[in-house]
Amino acid sequence: MAAIELTGLSTVYPNGVRAVDDLDLSIDDGEFFALLGPSGCGKTTLLRTIAGLERSSSGTISLGGGDVTRTDVGKRGVAMVFQDYALFPHMTVAQNIAYPLRVRRASKQAQQDAASTTSAGLGLAELLERRPAQLSGGQQQRVALARAIAMEAQVLLLDEPLSNLDARLRLEARTFLKRLQRELGLTTVFVTHDQAEALALADRIAVMADGRIRQLGTPKDVFQRPADTFVANFIGSTPMNLLTGTAHDGFVEVAGARLASPDLSLADGTKVVAGIRPEYLAPAAEGITGTVSIVENLGVTSLVTLECPGDVLVGLTVPEHEEPRVGTAMTAAPAPGRLLVYDAETTRLL
Amino acid sequence: MTFHAMLRRTLYTVLIAALLAFFAIPMLWLASAPFDSDPGVGLRWPDWTLDNWRITFEHPYALGSLLNSIVLCAVATLVTTVLGTLASYALSRVRIPGRDALLYVLLLLSSVVTGTAAMVPIFVMMFQLGLINSQYATGLVIAGGMLPAAIFILKDFIDSVPRSYEESARVFGASPGQVLLHVVLPVARPGIATIMVWAFVQAWGNFLLPFLLLRDVSGQPAAVLLRTLKDEGGSANLTVIPVFSLLYAIPVVALYLFVSKRYGFRFHGGIKA
Amino acid sequence: MSAATNRTRDTSGLGVARAVAFVSPALLLIGLFLVFPALWTIYIGLTNYTLTGPASVAPAFVGLENFLGALDDALFGNALWLTLVFVLGSAVLGQNLLGFGLAWVLRSAKPVVRRVVEALVLLAWILPSVVVAYLWTAVLDRDGGTLNALLGNESTAWLVEYPMASLIVFNTWRGTAFSMMLYSSALAAVPPSQLETARTVGASGWQTVRDIVFPHIRGHVLTNTLLISLWTANDFTPFLLTAGGPNHESETLPVFIYQQAITNGELGYSAAISFLLLIVNLVVALLYLLLLRRRS
Repeated sequence: MAAIELTGLSTVYPNGVRAVDDLDLSIDDGEFFALLGPSGCGKTTLLRTIAGLERSSSGTISLGGGDVTRTDVGKRGVAMVFQDYALFPHMTVAQNIAYPLRVRRASKQAQQDAASTTSAGLGLAELLERRPAQLSGGQQQRVALARAIAMEAQVLLLDEPLSNLDARLRLEARTFLKRLQRELGLTTVFVTHDQAEALALADRIAVMADGRIRQLGTPKDVFQRPADTFVANFIGSTPMNLLTGTAHDGFVEVAGARLASPDLSLADGTKVVAGIRPEYLAPAAEGITGTVSIVENLGVTSLVTLECPGDVLVGLTVPEHEEPRVGTAMTAAPAPGRLLVYDAETTRLL
Repeated sequence: MTFHAMLRRTLYTVLIAALLAFFAIPMLWLASAPFDSDPGVGLRWPDWTLDNWRITFEHPYALGSLLNSIVLCAVATLVTTVLGTLASYALSRVRIPGRDALLYVLLLLSSVVTGTAAMVPIFVMMFQLGLINSQYATGLVIAGGMLPAAIFILKDFIDSVPRSYEESARVFGASPGQVLLHVVLPVARPGIATIMVWAFVQAWGNFLLPFLLLRDVSGQPAAVLLRTLKDEGGSANLTVIPVFSLLYAIPVVALYLFVSKRYGFRFHGGIKA
Repeated sequence: MSAATNRTRDTSGLGVARAVAFVSPALLLIGLFLVFPALWTIYIGLTNYTLTGPASVAPAFVGLENFLGALDDALFGNALWLTLVFVLGSAVLGQNLLGFGLAWVLRSAKPVVRRVVEALVLLAWILPSVVVAYLWTAVLDRDGGTLNALLGNESTAWLVEYPMASLIVFNTWRGTAFSMMLYSSALAAVPPSQLETARTVGASGWQTVRDIVFPHIRGHVLTNTLLISLWTANDFTPFLLTAGGPNHESETLPVFIYQQAITNGELGYSAAISFLLLIVNLVVALLYLLLLRRRS
């Protein structure tokens, strides 16, 4: 078990791309930590740099207080599960799980013991003699986890742990993964491009773009108060409304409406972007008014798109039985305290 | 069925039959002549006997030449497979400076410098080095000729092995040697086996180089001996030739069947196997 | 992941030094037995080196004499011409057409028929050349040869009376497998919907091939022709059937080189001819790679 400390870390590719750019981050012992971002944001490179598969260009990495920046891959006490699981196709499940011990030339007995103990905990005991090709996707993932656990590392790294599973299995595996991490108490860092996965699993999330961290916080922080419009856009299963406007007398004027922004004292005429999640907009007597143009059924709720003055589109969710008719007019206002105001210049939250 | 359709059908059947006959008839000799009491050059229903086999086994050089073939092929195959695997693995995984140019040159070499185009200098070189009649040296020459193509095919195989296997092994602490031994070689085994069989078949069938470089009949492989089998009168030895041809051809066909059954027939531009 | 394309560095952990050590033995062997001979051919070709006699001990530098001599050598011209005939007849026409024909015809054949024919065609390709030489001697021999027996005549010595024609038929039989397989896979890549469209508008078989199939496989035809031409021009098997005879009537370049070098002992002269063959090979191979690159 160990905390992870990254200081001034950069990983630069030979072609000059700064995949990880002067990054500081500390991850607590036992924490379940998510690196979240769109593809190409550097999250996988960061994970691989922690594992030692990529050489950092500058900065330091320390695990459990020891500097491992120059330590070779495989000697850092870091286990990793790859996106495609990388189960060796020519080995049985037992041989795969015991592989970290085989590398260390542990006795055959020790290898067998490790395979049987680890597999029992993960519900794989029946499958020990199978080959990876004979397993389902979910089973393969658990074998990969078992192999990583058998290494008895201080830190577990997971690269897109759920992306290779089909949608139904993914939810099951997500719950399983969270329970497993709690039971093991192992410092775990995982990479994902799926914001729902990060929100559901992680204790804390680092949202990344262009090799830097845009926001670091708990899922609640990141969901409720995105630090900038990039994060606001990226988090949430229905995209957040980001409406450009100006500040006036303690109000923001967007989409032909005046919305109260009580906690801010902005100079009149400041260009702002108002961010409101569709889930936090509700029909009201006063607020943003528009014509209902599209209604999309999301199951329990429906997503309504309003066409507001100035060709601005605003989305809000309404309970399934309150769907408005297309073409009718509708007014909606943000729930108290849910209006976020961003500086239009810096895109940062005000 | 209209008359036209029937005509088409008949023509089609005749065409297929003709093609079958064209390809099959020359081979039938290999099935009949070895068992014929009076084997001739032509094809006929045999007067069954196994005497030819006894005579062949008693031939002073026949079995020895098969053994020579095995030695020659073992050297060529082993060298080609081992060196080819090491080289293609390194070329597949590491950006050695000048790698792309090297691969391009190798690809050119594999088709440009053929046995026939290089026979004079190779003969002169081996002659001057005093290596005429050396089986091992001949095996190495054959291996040298096969290596560029072997590296190419193997690199294709190894390129298709996911890198995450090696990375995973390395994360678990495996050294480069362990990565190679535990992961790369086993995973690339179908490719390596294919190359082994391919190299063996190529070396087994190679006539020109052993014919040039192995002048002493006791060291000659089956390919050369078969060509020079004469009876006491100095004409072609028709008792031994059919049997020996069959014996000599069987390993090639068997290996080919083995590979296509086990790994499926893979079509590598220009490569038999 | 776009970053994955950047990540082509050493994922195996081998390191450049080890990688070079892995590649070197193979390169050494290739250098010794492929590159060096090819380059040395140039040098030998500029000398009067012979297998026996005074020039075998102390060969003299003769400049371009061997190359100029080749221009006046009727036998060299003959070999060049015969090689051209051999390549055109058996590779460019024979293997190409038969290979495509087989691939086309077998497409609609019953699976059993298809497998049997393919197996036979492949067998002709994989059998060792010394064996196939005997097989065809048995077919073409005058006394009791299979062809004469089938035709009911006992008098035609095919390999003596029609040596080049015999070799062309033989090599077509021998090498068609490659073209057949290449065209089979090329044909499999022609979208079935286009073939069906042709059928629905009533195109004949020939029109379908010309208008639908050929445009798809044109690139394959070119590369295939280059490859099989290269192999055919370098094929030594004619030596096993006719040894160049009778009276040089089937002496293609590889056989000519062998006869000059080993039988006549003219190492310098034959090296010069070898060099010319290497150059032709190089041009064809470069052309082939150029076409491949353009296609991808």
